[in-house]
Amino acid sequence: MLDHLTYAAPQPKVIQGAKSDWELVIGLEVHAQIASKAKLFSGASTEFGAEPNSNVAFVDAAMPGMLPVINEFCVAQAVRTGLGLKAAINLRSAFDRKNYFYPDLPQGYQISQLYHPIVGEGEVIVDMGPGIARRVRIERIHIEQDAGKSIHDMDPNMSFVDLNRTGVALMEIVSRPDIRSPEEAAAYVAKLRQIMRYLGTCDGNMQNGNLRADVNVSVCKPGDYERFMETGDFSHLGTRCEIKNMNSLRFIQAAIEYEARRQIAIIEDGGTVVQETRLYDPDRGETRSMRSKEEAHDYRYFPDPDLLPLEIDQAWVDDIAAAMPELPDQKKARFVKDLGLSEYDAGVLTAEVENADYFEAVASGRDGKMAANWVINELFGRLNKEGLTIATSPVTAAQLGGVIDLIAKGDISGKIAKDLFEILWTEGGDPAAIVEARGMKQVTDLGAIEAAVDEIITANPAQVEKARANPKLAGWFVGQVLKATGGKANPAAVNALVAQKLGL
Amino acid sequence: MTKPNSLTIAEAREALRKGDLTSIELTEACLTAIEGAGALNAFVHCTPDMARDMARAADQRIRAGEATAMTGIPVGVKDVFCVKGVPSQAGSRILQGFTPEYESTVTRNLWDAGAVMLGKLNQDEFAMGSTNESSCYGPAVNPWRGPGGTQLTPGGSSGGSAAAVAADLCLGATGTDTGGSIRQPAAFTGTVGLKPTYGRVSRWGVIAYASSLDQAGPMTRTVRDAAIMLGAMASADPQDSTCADLPVPDFEAALTGDIRGKRIGIPREYRVEGLPDAIDALWRRGAEMLRDAGAEIVDISLPHTKYALPAYYVIAPAEASSNLARYDGVRYGYRARLSQGDGITEMYEKTRAEGFGPEVQRRIMIGTYVLSAGFYDAYYNRARKVRALIRRDFDQAFAAGIDSILAPATPSAAFPLGSVDKGDPVQMYLNDVFTVTLNLAGLPGIAVPVGQDAQGLPLGLQLFGRPFEEGDLLNQAQVLERAAGFVAKPDRWW
Amino acid sequence: MSITEDQARKVAHLARIAVDDAALPALARELGSILHFMEQLNEVDVAGVEPMTSVTPMRLKRRKDQVTSGSMADRILSNAPDAREGFFAVPKVVE
Repeated sequence: MLDHLTYAAPQPKVIQGAKSDWELVIGLEVHAQIASKAKLFSGASTEFGAEPNSNVAFVDAAMPGMLPVINEFCVAQAVRTGLGLKAAINLRSAFDRKNYFYPDLPQGYQISQLYHPIVGEGEVIVDMGPGIARRVRIERIHIEQDAGKSIHDMDPNMSFVDLNRTGVALMEIVSRPDIRSPEEAAAYVAKLRQIMRYLGTCDGNMQNGNLRADVNVSVCKPGDYERFMETGDFSHLGTRCEIKNMNSLRFIQAAIEYEARRQIAIIEDGGTVVQETRLYDPDRGETRSMRSKEEAHDYRYFPDPDLLPLEIDQAWVDDIAAAMPELPDQKKARFVKDLGLSEYDAGVLTAEVENADYFEAVASGRDGKMAANWVINELFGRLNKEGLTIATSPVTAAQLGGVIDLIAKGDISGKIAKDLFEILWTEGGDPAAIVEARGMKQVTDLGAIEAAVDEIITANPAQVEKARANPKLAGWFVGQVLKATGGKANPAAVNALVAQKLGL
Repeated sequence: MTKPNSLTIAEAREALRKGDLTSIELTEACLTAIEGAGALNAFVHCTPDMARDMARAADQRIRAGEATAMTGIPVGVKDVFCVKGVPSQAGSRILQGFTPEYESTVTRNLWDAGAVMLGKLNQDEFAMGSTNESSCYGPAVNPWRGPGGTQLTPGGSSGGSAAAVAADLCLGATGTDTGGSIRQPAAFTGTVGLKPTYGRVSRWGVIAYASSLDQAGPMTRTVRDAAIMLGAMASADPQDSTCADLPVPDFEAALTGDIRGKRIGIPREYRVEGLPDAIDALWRRGAEMLRDAGAEIVDISLPHTKYALPAYYVIAPAEASSNLARYDGVRYGYRARLSQGDGITEMYEKTRAEGFGPEVQRRIMIGTYVLSAGFYDAYYNRARKVRALIRRDFDQAFAAGIDSILAPATPSAAFPLGSVDKGDPVQMYLNDVFTVTLNLAGLPGIAVPVGQDAQGLPLGLQLFGRPFEEGDLLNQAQVLERAAGFVAKPDRWW
Repeated sequence: MSITEDQARKVAHLARIAVDDAALPALARELGSILHFMEQLNEVDVAGVEPMTSVTPMRLKRRKDQVTSGSMADRILSNAPDAREGFFAVPKVVE
């Protein structure tokens, strides 16, 4: 089982440049929208998709005289996330203003936490294969306001501003530069997403922009990274560039690949990489420089005088910790240990907490491996095919459990069970009742089966000869008996009887 | 027969209660006075219809026996307060056309108490100034005139409020005080101005200048009136994170008139070099009056006093530079006319250059500079440490048994409009030398008119009090007021 | 501490306030004299002193996670110099 004492770190990815080998060094700042009903400092709704400027309070529009008051639930969500990442919770934190001008930033500053963030150091273990994982250290998590949205393509001369998202609570999760490949970076974001969805602190909807990442990429020669880790001296590493606002795992990987090669090409050509902010263009598959942000570096951070320092009790933090749900790694370990599942299957089942909950309901009081097989292969397969999720599954956990019970009792065979599943999927109903009503029960009466076998054997003497010569052809008889019994004869019994009657 | 608009709040309250006067009569008297006082340029947005509606409603309440202390009392509101449906510009062109869709907590409290809104009062732009000369409406004029009829400044930034109260245009006015903007104009106009403890009064809906220094307060003709009006203005407020969750005491009930045994500190550092003899004499006389009333006068030291002014001029502009970033022409107020090809940056830069006056621009830039990379520690952080030391000076004095502190309010009487050299901003800043310490320390303070200078112009003194003990402070101030017996009124020349 | 014209120009831009080149020398002088005035603060011994962060000694107020505002786009837009189709319209922002 994946225990940070027993896994091995993955080999860092090596890119072959024109002149030498190169390695990557990657750090991420993930912005996760806190799942809450109202915004961080105002009472406006955070719901997605509202009419423009309708989820906006006077505070969010930075009207004259407006003042912020903090939403305590958002703080709790940040603490919960910190605990989920095994991080230190800072009982005293404070808010700072980050000052810059942009039309979707009405105040002319963003309320953030520079000097005293609410969460300190933690870690995330990112599975990269059996026995292999990357340990990514978390440097800090802080809470801050999100900005609004500016639309630039509705008019040739004007930009349009919608403040619905302004003031929504964000967590910024800052990693140390521990990530060494594009795949690890995507897996890290996926793992963070999974943990936060388990905790209910962020819905991880990347399409809506609720989870986005700023990716810092630099390249170095093999050996340089180890020197950096030993000394803490950043001069061993290359100049890094930041690729902003990535909201797709696939694009994160592609962007890192492109950016690393871009930097390698510059260096091998004798040039220097300029430290800058870039954007990924998915249509072109390349990153390009964001020129307007170059001057915005002097943010003039200072403590927000409209807010006092945030002080929370250890007791309050302990209450949150006590009520934490089981985390993905814990759940996966439990499935492997207690239910005997393979790591791979446990991983598939725990990828989303709703799926894991469904599986546990099915597995409760039943054979875990059989439950896993049915949930993964039959249910998930069908859900994927029809573009459905567990939430919209036509077959409930109780129904699926009922199917498994019937198999275990011997009432139906595996093949009939699949037919039953199909009926439940398209028509619904109670599994046992359906089996009764449609006479789907397995025939286990050996006398009846024997009679059927005898009939087939008698009717097909030529086949009998062939089968005696080539025992593999006995299967034909089995198939015929099953067909004759409408699939209800117990296959194992048929097999045995056919073999016996043919003298094999 | 005293004109109704010349009554104090306490007197009017009595007359209303007895039925000798109605709020509508009182309000009409004020409106008439305002109409005839255009030369003072105190009121900049009048709301006569609203006033009459509110007066009629107040009269009903009074008749029904449901009046409070401020019911039916006509007041003026400094332009910096957002009053729903009424232009609220904080004296600035950049808020031209802005009409709030919400009501500030302070004015909400006043209207809930039944007070009557006469209109908005002139002020220095964004409360930055000590002369009310930086207003987009033009200067307010002191009802007191200099020799030969020279027009004088009423002080600032609450110049319009002070002028209106002194000229009997309203019975009381709201002001705000960030570096002395209630107390100094009160002293210049012979009226009473109270800056409560920071956090006593809500800042929600008050257009912000410097968040950690701004505080709203009453400006009235008497100390009793200030106690009455503060009682109506103050409240806890869940919408303001810096407003204390404290119940509002009955400030008027604290006016016992008895200050025997109170220890009043005289801070030696306030005896600044070049202090005019008239001010010094007034200060000594004030101390004697309090001693005669049974207080003990104690020499104290507030060693970091001289650093208050430079600390203030780092902290206030720094906070202001950030608070005023929202005035960008995007969502409300003034937006500059743009040329072909102008983008968002040009819009910001032109809007703010045309919308803000020179003093506001100067303070925004100073604030931007002191917060900028490389200077944060040298200026802003250092100033906040000095601020902590200034606060500590007061804490130590109070811990040693001092109940209040007596100091001059201003380094002179009101001076002529236009006399401050616009090219030398520091000269103007020196006006705040006696007042800024209180804002930095967050303590309550009150200016009381005590005497007149050789030209007959009013001079005031300040009393500083302990945090959240405005009642006790008002009591001592009233004793001083009584002993001083200042009753002079300006000749009506307007 | 004196301010150069170039520094004055940079500060003006950081503050998004247009200043004519002709006005820069006077601005630099004014800013310089104000900064000079502040330098008195350097005389103070601030060793070991914590910067004053909050004036009111109290616990930071909290709100409950409830939707208590919004659904008033018209009031939010009512003071806008240029509002179109429910948005604030501004001159094009170049990214």
